[in-house]
Amino acid sequence: MKLLALVDCDNFYASCERIFRPDLKEIPIVVLSNNDGCVIARSKEAKAMGIKMGVPWFKVKKAYLAQGGKVFSSNFALYGDLSKRVMNILDGMVKKIEVYSIDEAFLDLQHIQNSNQAYEFGVYCRNTICQWVGIPVRIGIAPTKTLTKVASHIAKNKNNGTGVCCLNNQEHVAHILKTLPIKEIWGVGHNLSKKLNQLGTYSAYDLMQMDIRFIRKKFSVVLERTIRELRGEQCIQIEDHFEPKKQIVVSRSFRGRIKNLSELKPLISNFAVRAGEKLRYEKQKCSQVSAFISTSRFNKQLQYRGFNSFQFPCPVDDTRSILMGANKALNTIFKKGYPYAKAGILLSHFSHPTVIQQSLFEVADQKYLKQDTNLMQTIDALNSTQTQIYYASQRPAGLSPIQKEMVSPKYTTNWQELPTAK
Amino acid sequence: MTIKYLGSILADGMPANFTKFFVEPVSVGFPSPANDYLESPIDLNQYLIKNGAATFLVRVSGDSMLDANIADQAILIIDRSLNPKHGSIVVASLDGDFVCKRLQLKPRLCLLPENSKYEPIYIQHGQDLDIMGTVTAVINKFE
Repeated sequence: MKLLALVDCDNFYASCERIFRPDLKEIPIVVLSNNDGCVIARSKEAKAMGIKMGVPWFKVKKAYLAQGGKVFSSNFALYGDLSKRVMNILDGMVKKIEVYSIDEAFLDLQHIQNSNQAYEFGVYCRNTICQWVGIPVRIGIAPTKTLTKVASHIAKNKNNGTGVCCLNNQEHVAHILKTLPIKEIWGVGHNLSKKLNQLGTYSAYDLMQMDIRFIRKKFSVVLERTIRELRGEQCIQIEDHFEPKKQIVVSRSFRGRIKNLSELKPLISNFAVRAGEKLRYEKQKCSQVSAFISTSRFNKQLQYRGFNSFQFPCPVDDTRSILMGANKALNTIFKKGYPYAKAGILLSHFSHPTVIQQSLFEVADQKYLKQDTNLMQTIDALNSTQTQIYYASQRPAGLSPIQKEMVSPKYTTNWQELPTAK
Repeated sequence: MTIKYLGSILADGMPANFTKFFVEPVSVGFPSPANDYLESPIDLNQYLIKNGAATFLVRVSGDSMLDANIADQAILIIDRSLNPKHGSIVVASLDGDFVCKRLQLKPRLCLLPENSKYEPIYIQHGQDLDIMGTVTAVINKFE
């Protein structure tokens, strides 16, 4: 028998904030996105108050604070360090682990013989992480990844105290899937669940019963895989090797609204420069840069979203080329008269720098395409020190636009910000 | 005379894959006698930290543990994976604050300071005491 486990940290960012703040035990906690725009994490007390995921902070601020809730700007130095600790502990417990996100990991329980042992392992795992790091986790155990997601969902909602759910008995699985709406299944999005609903398929159980050939024909191989996984057939393997990133996004929501191209350009340049740094850090080169801008989704009268890409004739990692492409893309999407609330840069179509595909027209292209690896290395090295080098199109003054007014100390990564004890 | 072409050599006179076999420059002086005994420098982490994932640092504020060699502003190394015992020095959260004291389990649950200026803290019924972890070492800096 082969079992997998999904370990999922409960309300991860909110739990991180609580570890070093014993005074916040049982006090509602929310964590805000960059720029303090939206709520991106809620403790269970904050959820109970009806604070919804992703809600703009300004909409709930007054009532939330009046009821004694506590708010934090996001502190990714802290979350990243604590996440690493959790993953390290899990890595020491099993042979194979796939870190799926900052707060989730799949484990291969190949060393485990039966459901009872698996359940005990889950309890042990949860207690260890809770004691060693202080983060509460829930654990879903099942024969396939898709079913571990279901098990984790049950461990979360059932509140049976242990936070561990093992789904390994076919009748038990069938019983659970009958009560599970299709949209809760891993990999089934909003649109897909709507289409399936039209066919009279509502529960996960209904989906599991559908004819696989029909699904493959009318939908996709991906959905076919989901069905097989619901039936207990392992189709999606644990990926324990490192997957290089496929794209890099740098974007921000603005505090105020931006109307002029002349104001927008320096910001887009800032994003492009940052994206270039990330690209070189990942040791990649990109063949496409895209810019996007949008108005606020709460402004119902004036709605506009623009997105356009610029293709490079050969892969680059030189910020000057990225800036050039970003500006060209921005010029094509900018429309006058709209109050812009968000903008960003996306780099994509990566290739590893050592595998350089020579373009047929390379010589001609080089006139406008700049690519100087040494120069970029020098600038990156300088920018990692006190000295800062800016590109002419940037606006250094506007470079620290991330508003983090309520950020907690970097308790675990900075000597100056350690917690104190009397 | 016949000439047999064996292959080209690189501009600096040495095929690239040869160079890696020389650990030090060949023609310069006497080889260092220490070369065969190279070890990595002493690493304080190795001495102070057993379980990195469960280890946290906390700064002390105050002198209530002075007699246990824990001075004001000292750095405590805390291992959360160790189960606190009677007599362990621990960091605990008490009424919403972190405190560093010696843990006494018997005859009565109590947090003992190590400085006669301070009174023992007896844990009252219904009072919250969470032990964050056991203090395994302290770093006092003199200069």
